[in-house]
Amino acid sequence: MHEGLPSDGLVIVAKRDCPTCVLIEPVMQSLDRAGPLAVISQDDPVFPSGIGRVIDDHDLQRSFRLGIETVPTLIRLKGGREVERTVGWDRAEWIRVAGAAAAGDGLPAWQPGCGSKSVEPGVHETLVARYGDPGLGSREIAVGEWDDPIEACFERGWSDGLPVVPPTTDRILRMLGGTERKPDEIVGLIPPNLAPCTVEKVAINAVMAGCKPEYMPVVLGVLEAALDPLFVLHGLLCTTHFSGPLVIINGPAAKAIGMNSGVNALGQGNRANATIGRALQLIVRNVGGGLPGGMDRATLGNPGKFTFCFAEDESDPDWEPLAQRRGIAAGKSAVTLFHGEGVNGFIDQKSRTPEELVRSLAMGLFGVGHPKLCLAGNAVLVLAPEHYRIFKDGGFDRRRIEDELYKALKRPGSELVRGAQNVAEGMPPSFADKMVDKFQPDGLLIVRAGGEAGLFSAIIGGWPGQSVRDECQAVTQEIR
Amino acid sequence: MNVVTKLRDPTAETSPVRRSRLAPPLSLEGKSVALMDIGKARGSEFIDRLEGHFRKAGVTTRRYRKPTNTKVAPTDLLQKIAAENQLAVIALSD
Repeated sequence: MHEGLPSDGLVIVAKRDCPTCVLIEPVMQSLDRAGPLAVISQDDPVFPSGIGRVIDDHDLQRSFRLGIETVPTLIRLKGGREVERTVGWDRAEWIRVAGAAAAGDGLPAWQPGCGSKSVEPGVHETLVARYGDPGLGSREIAVGEWDDPIEACFERGWSDGLPVVPPTTDRILRMLGGTERKPDEIVGLIPPNLAPCTVEKVAINAVMAGCKPEYMPVVLGVLEAALDPLFVLHGLLCTTHFSGPLVIINGPAAKAIGMNSGVNALGQGNRANATIGRALQLIVRNVGGGLPGGMDRATLGNPGKFTFCFAEDESDPDWEPLAQRRGIAAGKSAVTLFHGEGVNGFIDQKSRTPEELVRSLAMGLFGVGHPKLCLAGNAVLVLAPEHYRIFKDGGFDRRRIEDELYKALKRPGSELVRGAQNVAEGMPPSFADKMVDKFQPDGLLIVRAGGEAGLFSAIIGGWPGQSVRDECQAVTQEIR
Repeated sequence: MNVVTKLRDPTAETSPVRRSRLAPPLSLEGKSVALMDIGKARGSEFIDRLEGHFRKAGVTTRRYRKPTNTKVAPTDLLQKIAAENQLAVIALSD
């Protein structure tokens, strides 16, 4: 039964904003004279005119419950149940459903309708949240009438220190619309509490982080990469070191969601960069229970633990992107997770040849962690365009840059051992007679990003946990 | 309570919906207790009695008073209480 509608009669759902609805206003008046009729009006309670029963549906509740997708929609009810339906204006169809009074003499035989207000972008999810079954499993937390939902999120400890978007049911449903994966699918166990994390929990935290629904596949891909045992997310969270997860996105997904790989790529201002990295951290905090001062024992931390995410500049076809270098097929989207400690700006405005720049970069890279510590953590080198151009003009491609940097990043152990150069810190005495590599094999990840101007690059130091190569490495995975 | 907003829990839901109170301290030793008079009539008498009990037990107390009983305590007073004490008693009497 449909309350307020004729149990045996006609129902028309319309809106004034629809030219077809306006066109058939005389038909609606004719049907009203012929028998029981109710018109459900979505945007104007006095449209159509001359009708006995016009039901104001500004809240779209009736349109939602009737499953209206197009206006006008003509429905015949019999015994309180729907027995016929047609959409748009089609004279033959309307006569079949409603009889000769629907002939609409003088009107064209056919005209398509318009979209129902109840299925406009973002509206449907709000209606599901209000009147339907959202199908969500997470419990509801009530916020008092006079309480600010953003403050309520702070008080419950759900925030990283910045305001979060309150995770209301309609926002979560919109976020879930960004993925085809089921809300109750378990993505993995989130450390430190090893709590099961569903796609729905990912969506809730993505809402709070400020993500758009179209970021969901990337957020899910980032989380899955972070949960690869080789990434050792638990250890990264617990460490006293500075590091946190650094997210690098490659491939068409980065372009599709408008990620920044150019000017200020490592900085603020791009929603996708900012919120995808933040979503990962909020999931660890809220689902995994990883709280600073709790299981997060960082001595100082770094600002990247709010969010640290950017895309690689893949505009030069001569450049082999990071994801391809790490085994992902060209044309696929991928995420690389690295244990990053923060950005160390590297300035070289004098080198003009690849050889000069390699030697110079090696000096900067050798400082990662400590200039006398090797194999104790890896690094990401972000080559900005002006430095990259020196390599490209000199005929150096990615592989050549890597090879030359590895050669330049060796030092005699005698200079590095503890006490050498009158510095207590350093390598164990057993390295004294060896040539020592700064980084593990494939431990230096080179990626291109940045604005056109500036003879700079960025060095992002890694985590000492990477020193046990079999147990802990950067992880690259395709985004499904 | 008229509820206008409902949020979905972003956590693993291992704690109750209603937030629990802070656990009381195991001991008052070495702690300072703020005694705040909210300014209602005869509130100071209640505070006087409490102060005597704390003193007998060897517990340090500090007294504070709201400027007016009709409005919430100003932020700087709350910050001062939090900075100088580990516990607080807010007295209400009429």
